[in-house]
Amino acid sequence: MSVELRGITKSFGSLVANDAIDLKVEAGKIHAILGENGAGKSTLMNILFGLLQPDSGEILIDGERIQVNEPSDALSAGIGMVHQHFMLIPVFTVAENIVLGHEKIRGVGTLDLRDARTQIMEIAKRFNFEIDPDALIEDLPVGVQQRVEIIKALFFNAKIIILDEPSAVLTPQETDELLNVMRELKKQGKSIIFITHKLREVQEVADEITIIRRGKVVGKAEPTATQEELASMMVGRPVDLEVAKKPFTPGAVILKISDLKVTDNRGRPLVSDINFDVRAGEILAVAGVQGNGQTELARAILNLEPHIYGSISIDGNEIVGKTVNESLESGIAFVPESRELDGLISSFSIAENLILDTFHSAPISKSGILDLERIRSNAEEYTKQFDVRLQSISDPASSLSGGNKQKVVLARELTRPVKLLVASQPTRGLDVGSIEFVHERILAERDAGRAVLLFSNELDEVMALADRIAVMYHGSIIDIVAPSVTRNELGLLMAGVKGKSA
Amino acid sequence: MAKISNLTPAQRRTRRGIYTLGIFTLLASFPFIFLAKDSADVTYGFVLRDEWVLINEWIINSKTAAIIFISLAAISTIASYLFFLKGKKVGTFSFIGAFSLLMAFLSWAAKGSFIPLTGVFQGALLLAVPLIFGAMAGVICERSGVINIAIEGQLLAAAFAAGVVASLTQSTTWGLIVAPFAGALISLILATFAIKYQIDQVILGFVINVLVIGLTGFLYKKLLIPYQDTWNSGPILSPIEIPLLSKLPIIGPVLFKQTIIVYLMYLAVGLTHYYLFKTRWGLRTRAVGEHPTAADSVGIKVNALRFRNVILAGAVAGLGGAYFTVGAVGMFGKEMTAGKGFIALAALIFGRWSPKGAVAAALLFGFADNLQVVLSIIGTAIPSEFLLMVPYIATIIAVSGFVGKVRAPAADGIPYTRGSH
Repeated sequence: MSVELRGITKSFGSLVANDAIDLKVEAGKIHAILGENGAGKSTLMNILFGLLQPDSGEILIDGERIQVNEPSDALSAGIGMVHQHFMLIPVFTVAENIVLGHEKIRGVGTLDLRDARTQIMEIAKRFNFEIDPDALIEDLPVGVQQRVEIIKALFFNAKIIILDEPSAVLTPQETDELLNVMRELKKQGKSIIFITHKLREVQEVADEITIIRRGKVVGKAEPTATQEELASMMVGRPVDLEVAKKPFTPGAVILKISDLKVTDNRGRPLVSDINFDVRAGEILAVAGVQGNGQTELARAILNLEPHIYGSISIDGNEIVGKTVNESLESGIAFVPESRELDGLISSFSIAENLILDTFHSAPISKSGILDLERIRSNAEEYTKQFDVRLQSISDPASSLSGGNKQKVVLARELTRPVKLLVASQPTRGLDVGSIEFVHERILAERDAGRAVLLFSNELDEVMALADRIAVMYHGSIIDIVAPSVTRNELGLLMAGVKGKSA
Repeated sequence: MAKISNLTPAQRRTRRGIYTLGIFTLLASFPFIFLAKDSADVTYGFVLRDEWVLINEWIINSKTAAIIFISLAAISTIASYLFFLKGKKVGTFSFIGAFSLLMAFLSWAAKGSFIPLTGVFQGALLLAVPLIFGAMAGVICERSGVINIAIEGQLLAAAFAAGVVASLTQSTTWGLIVAPFAGALISLILATFAIKYQIDQVILGFVINVLVIGLTGFLYKKLLIPYQDTWNSGPILSPIEIPLLSKLPIIGPVLFKQTIIVYLMYLAVGLTHYYLFKTRWGLRTRAVGEHPTAADSVGIKVNALRFRNVILAGAVAGLGGAYFTVGAVGMFGKEMTAGKGFIALAALIFGRWSPKGAVAAALLFGFADNLQVVLSIIGTAIPSEFLLMVPYIATIIAVSGFVGKVRAPAADGIPYTRGSH
């Protein structure tokens, strides 16, 4: 089945998310849609799936125009979608999740799951999935949950499957398996629309590539195109994927973590047996699949976790058991994982956001009274220094783009006298230009003799920036390796396989 | 070093509940056992009328009875703690524990008197009727993701409508028919503003309650008092005896010699449970209450389903409202629901959003409520103001702690708009 989108336009207020987009996906092909975050890929797919209505444009299936007002219209037209955030109900079983919306009933409306179970097992068998139809979703690993989503699409008899950033939550090995599943789906005649910003995956499986930038189709590319070519089309200017790095000259130990353990409220360990140190002038990158304890480790260094055991010292000063303020004052700059939630107070002005950690003492405040003039000049100086593109420093932080928000966070954190920078996913969701800026900034900190602890799920970023790479798996550091490690070795470590790679 | 704590907030709440029960057991042992200077025999009667007799009377010293019931409460506390450590559910024990404490209190307060226990249970069930209907309305509403604070208003409006219609037509049937519509009408306000206009549901529910109290109060004063003969003198439903079942000792007269409303209540509880967990409607209802975006993505019309369920919930609450007038006294009285809607809400939460749990909680509250009535009739030394507090103290003990593992539906109270995930 082929699907064609013609002249799809969609605006949100003054923002044109999709501007007259034309797209044709041939039957039985894997069609990748490549674009940066915010380029309008998800909007386009939500329109195709009936979750959003276009301002204009039409959708054709096998050359015939169809009206998609609701997801149910898309489903009955044979379009299935695996969303980036899974559309599964954690407290329901696999079978209940899959039949939802298409349930079989008998008698007074009683659910009949018997046929569904058999059918699920059949689909699972066809694709070599291991699945228990009666397992609760919340008990399943993320990779398996994604398979449930794929089975759901197949259960609904989808002929066109949209995969929205499917590899974001997977290990490299799981990603490889997913790519195999995609090939298998193709073999069985399904058309696949593959939304991603990961160039390597596109090169591996795509038959056709459409590149979207700022809501417009900027061109098509062959799967044989190089990563540089694809990236330049995505960004709109030549991009150098290599990061220029000065030689590694480590100094004294700044951060020393010994026997660190972090538990949740039930006492179950989230992070355990952590031992490592980071030296001045060194970037230690912590790699791992999302949810393996990176978030908690980063938060523990700031004393943001409630149950921390063991020792963390900054330049010889123990900070476990201290307050968050004391940790900050011992010389830590912290770039949290979510700039919107933890990095900034969205409704506060940019100027106010820049003093969140210094407002309580001179020179920003005196005897509990804020020096507004000082806050203003402070903000003007920092936003200039960090090249924050803004209208006015008194605008709320929410008015900024993702990249500029991150610059505000960096400006606030790095203008204090710090010894250690802890950066969690500092480039997540940023455009290529901002990523370059953040990378330069992190390298500049390293070259200025600060210790950097970088948490990142992007393997390319880890391999480009790190002086050493620590891999986290199930809350522990499974190994610390040199950045010369191969992608495959790193992938195995991230999946918990420790072999001769070290 | 940070202090060790092994529990989730929900588990800590359960543990706190067990501690609360333990502390109350301990505290209760002082007035009822150690400090109780005088004791006298208390007689519990088990025969109400003409049912088969299993046991006729139980005469026991009030102190001995208190010791027995306090011990039972202590055993429940220990058992619930042991079950808690094994990670099992403790709901049943909390129910037995709280019930035993109330019985200990009754034995102490009623020394020297005769207590027709079957009658007490019968009264307790009747007092629980609006609570159970209200709690079922809450279950249906909140499982689909809409918080229902307006149960009180739904009960009161339906009580008014049923009373007035029954009085005008001189027919309890018409009163019963009109009550669900009145409840549904209040729900229509709730649904429209909560789902369509996305007003904060807690504030909205509260405002609706105030509106209904004001409106019924106004009509009561201007219409029902001056024209009482036509507008406010409705007939009352008479009990229907179920052959054989009503002859069973103790439970017979309690469960099977009741008005049609009580039988409708059994049906409502059974249907709510079955439909919520075994049917397509239930699966979809729980889906829109847990993860509306997911439900939408498979073609379920989230807001339409929520709307229908809120209306249905109002109708269920309406039957509970009818109990106040056609089911009990016939006449409508100003604010006659007296906070029962809020107690129903407490029963819903104590019962962890499950129909069975809510029924158990409502029965416990009904029993506590009835104790207060019984004790004021037989006359004890305790000031009546304190007696009036009994049901609420029982509510607090129950709700403060035992809301354990099962959490509220994930999307409860969050309006759904497409694209805002």
